[in-house]
Amino acid sequence: MNGAQDMGGKHGFGPVEPEPDEPVFHAEWEKRAFALTLAMGMPGGWNIDMARFARENRSPAEYLSMSYYQIWFAALEKMTKERGLVSDDEIAAGHSLHPPKSVKRVLAAGDIAKTLHRSASTERETNTQAIFKSGDAVRAKNIQPLTHTRLPAYVRGHIGTIERVIGCHVFPDSNAIGAGENPQWLYTVRFDGRELWGAHADATVRVSIDAWEPYLEPA
Amino acid sequence: MSGHEHDDLHHHDHDHSELSETQLRVRALETVLTEKGYVDPAALDLLIETYEKKVGPRNGARVVARAWVDSDYRTRLLKDATPAIAEVGYAGRLGEHIVALENTPKLHNMVVCTLCSCYPWPVLGLPPIWYKSAPYRSRAVADPRGVLADFGVTLPKDTEIRIWDSTAEIRYLVLPMRPAGTEGWSEERLANLVTRDSMIGTGLPKTPGDLK
Repeated sequence: MNGAQDMGGKHGFGPVEPEPDEPVFHAEWEKRAFALTLAMGMPGGWNIDMARFARENRSPAEYLSMSYYQIWFAALEKMTKERGLVSDDEIAAGHSLHPPKSVKRVLAAGDIAKTLHRSASTERETNTQAIFKSGDAVRAKNIQPLTHTRLPAYVRGHIGTIERVIGCHVFPDSNAIGAGENPQWLYTVRFDGRELWGAHADATVRVSIDAWEPYLEPA
Repeated sequence: MSGHEHDDLHHHDHDHSELSETQLRVRALETVLTEKGYVDPAALDLLIETYEKKVGPRNGARVVARAWVDSDYRTRLLKDATPAIAEVGYAGRLGEHIVALENTPKLHNMVVCTLCSCYPWPVLGLPPIWYKSAPYRSRAVADPRGVLADFGVTLPKDTEIRIWDSTAEIRYLVLPMRPAGTEGWSEERLANLVTRDSMIGTGLPKTPGDLK
């Protein structure tokens, strides 16, 4: 979706302000929201692309006025409610009022080291051949899906070069809407700064994205 | 949860009521999810402890320092970083496909996620606020020299700047250049020069003088 999350090239946000000796979390509730989000992935049954869409799928004004973990938490509330794991009256009461739904698995403390260390690779076996090879000129398609996509707006319609054929990976645009993993070839595509930002842009800048084959066409 | 007694909101006084609302909602949801048996409270505490205390940029610094002293390791790291990083003991969640990017006198690499906050957790931990913020996500791809100036970094005018927008599940780790004047230093001593920002590309490693 063309939401506020797609920030590349937008103006007016001001300078980057690094925080000296920044703590990992800035409030106790951030820690809880973070841990709840990680822990609920397993019983919740959603995938990372669904979670990303739940975070970005809100009005730009709302997205930009919320802190990072407020967005995470809002998405967690939404996903747990949508799946009937909790209900509004329970959140209002601050207690469980209805019997729990049966869930596939709960993340136990004893399994955390193993779970975090385990690879959740998005690479998949395929019988298909990659259409593009390193060095090919490609154009990022002008697509404007209302649903989740990982093709940033600032490259759409622009010509770049395939730098690397990465492999065949889960396709977020499908995975986010429950249409299956639909693995697609993934490439690193490099663009000249001037192709993206105009003739007066810094000629020493090059920008790459990682783009799935359905995002690209021969140029 | 004993941790709730230490909520630290004093530095957010300007919007205290809004954050209190968030805090109450988080507590309510945590209670409901726990009572229903969907989450193990001990698991939550362990997740927090892991990312607050155990996983952080010291991991990445060890990888970089090893690459600085061991040229065979450096070759393996640049060829396929995921197994090379696993050799040092770091692997797993959000680090399944790591690529190491070598800075040279002619090329400076910088990493961003314009769409959310993708970051190589096993080697750098959780990202700092600025990395997830609108100023960085909007400007890193369009005005990297301006962003570097915000960090106090100025590169030669003819240095190529390469921005890596982490739009897929590939995670990028910058291998900064080894500072001059560190000949003969041990891996451990060199790791003290490797800053988090130098592995994102918004900073440079410390120099021997900085440690004095």
